[in-house]
Amino acid sequence: MSPRTLFDKVWTAHEVVKETADTPAVLYIDLHLIHEVTSPQAFSVLRSLALPVRRPDRTLATMDHSTPTRTEQVFGGVPIKVDAAAKQVAELERNAAEFGVELFDMRDARRGIVHVISPELGATQPGMTIVCGDSHTSTHGAFGALAFGIGSTEVSHVFATQCLLQRKPKTFAINVEGQLRPGVTAKDLILAIIGKVGVSGGTGYVFEYRGSTIRGLSMDERMTICNMSIEAGARAGMIAPDDTTFAYLKDRLRAPQGTAWDAAVERWRTLAGDPGATFDASIDIDAAALEPMITYGTHPGMVVPITGTIPQSPGAGQPSATAVFDKAMAYMGFHGGDVMLGKPIDVVFIGSCTNGRLEDFRAAATILKGRKVAAGVKLLIVPGSQQVKREAEAAGYAQIFKDAGADWRESGCSMCLGMNGDTVGAGEYSISTSNRNFEGRQGVGARTLLASPLTAAASAVQGKITDPRTLV
Amino acid sequence: MQPLERIRSKTVVIDSSNIDTDQIIPARFLTTTTKQGLGRQLFADWRYLADGTPNPEFILNTPGAAGCQILVAGRNFGCGSSREHAPWALLDYGLRAVISTEIADIFRSNSLKNGLLPITVDEATARWLLDHPGADVDIDLASTRLTLPTGASLSFPIEAFARHCLLHGIDELGYLRSKLPDIERFEAARDERARSA
Repeated sequence: MSPRTLFDKVWTAHEVVKETADTPAVLYIDLHLIHEVTSPQAFSVLRSLALPVRRPDRTLATMDHSTPTRTEQVFGGVPIKVDAAAKQVAELERNAAEFGVELFDMRDARRGIVHVISPELGATQPGMTIVCGDSHTSTHGAFGALAFGIGSTEVSHVFATQCLLQRKPKTFAINVEGQLRPGVTAKDLILAIIGKVGVSGGTGYVFEYRGSTIRGLSMDERMTICNMSIEAGARAGMIAPDDTTFAYLKDRLRAPQGTAWDAAVERWRTLAGDPGATFDASIDIDAAALEPMITYGTHPGMVVPITGTIPQSPGAGQPSATAVFDKAMAYMGFHGGDVMLGKPIDVVFIGSCTNGRLEDFRAAATILKGRKVAAGVKLLIVPGSQQVKREAEAAGYAQIFKDAGADWRESGCSMCLGMNGDTVGAGEYSISTSNRNFEGRQGVGARTLLASPLTAAASAVQGKITDPRTLV
Repeated sequence: MQPLERIRSKTVVIDSSNIDTDQIIPARFLTTTTKQGLGRQLFADWRYLADGTPNPEFILNTPGAAGCQILVAGRNFGCGSSREHAPWALLDYGLRAVISTEIADIFRSNSLKNGLLPITVDEATARWLLDHPGADVDIDLASTRLTLPTGASLSFPIEAFARHCLLHGIDELGYLRSKLPDIERFEAARDERARSA
């Protein structure tokens, strides 16, 4: 057999029916994660066809997108502010009960953002196929799983058959070598990769992040990398499982235990790509050359080193590109050539499925310890899960945040997309550790600058865009 | 799903690249639990002013846009979130096809499952279409040909199975369920391997 990539191995092991010229492959799905926003219409499909969820044992539900983050609303019986969100949450409770799907409801200690809770439970495992009606499902690829976002119709397909009809994507190697410098994080690395590949460069591909830099990353960092694969257009991003992966998973609630653990690790070790396996595309990244990165425009590919300047408008030779650039600058209130450092900010959000894990809060705490949030700046810190919340409280980070003047909340997607009412005001500048700086993403008229937790915390303290290396 | 064979319509043009699904349907409208009625919120933040009245400068609010079934947009249309609410909103508004040089993967997949045709064309054709809003375009799914009012005609790529399903109004879930015996055999074989290991 010719040498195979990690992706090839996982794909082949889940082919129920191989693809032909006329028909896509039938791909088996090991784990189906669902949440309140993209599942109701899929449950309606089941109901209209009088079908059950075929494998509730492979289905796990949580609520995260439209849920409140204020403690009194989550636990205190204060109603959810947004009526429609309350209805959506209630509908998921009804659907989960009716179809026998395990649900971590609003007050469950295991609840959190879908892409945070599944890894922390050990439900996400190497070699699995994992889908969810959410584009950041790519996060789980950090474990060597093939994980990708799907639409609600596909959610109904997985409910009914535990399978999806899929064309085999192409493979794209992202080779990263060199040591990240102090103050430069996994978030900066993935932003730099998106800047280089472009926001559609990964369309039709599955990324595999490889090389010594990736091998040296923790699981929290690897999840940050894989999470944003979709921002370069790739539905999935994968990292070969290794001892770091196994150490993370060992003794987690839903990981294999005892002799089954040993057998699983033995199997997982065979997943890494074979020497000589080839990819359809590749790029090389020098990690040692990177600086903290920050976005300046209205998509994640509009990104520069934090010490840099905004590029100049493409110019008269490219009228279409110029119009797009000028529209983004008008929305952001910026100009080509502007220096990023020192620009004033209004809001800082630390959280999301990209940067809402314990290590992200540890990083933020190193900056915020003994410091105060600048006057006039609102700092919202939202843990990715209730477990992360408990861990951050036990480690003392939460107290550091509160002492600094931050608002520390219950877990959820929160201000990443503002569905639950946690929004940024029109015209306000927000430094956010989330994944999308699209127009209006954090609220109508909100101006989002994506950055790492270190940069976000440093900027909160100074009230302006700040290089975190000046504060550590 | 209704069979889809041919779309003949004037185009409406948004000459902007990387139009993401947050623009197509902002997140605050995703609290719905049905597919219906999202057309009113299509491109809401571009289409309406802060006071909720139509923005007269936005293309969908101009007289020429009424009744157009084909949207022409810049590169990388539909990027971002996997929300199927995006094609639902476009369809509910009355659009049946989107033409761009590049269309994002998840949006493309979601569109095909709902009878919204995602059509990718070469740069030159896209440029012509972007520069000629209101052009009468003929999309023939049976022959996978796109014909411009200039008489120029070109083939467009579309996955064979999706095309078959659209042409005959076949729901993909019905096909997938016909594979249940294969799925059961696959599961049994995996369970057997797990037991012997």
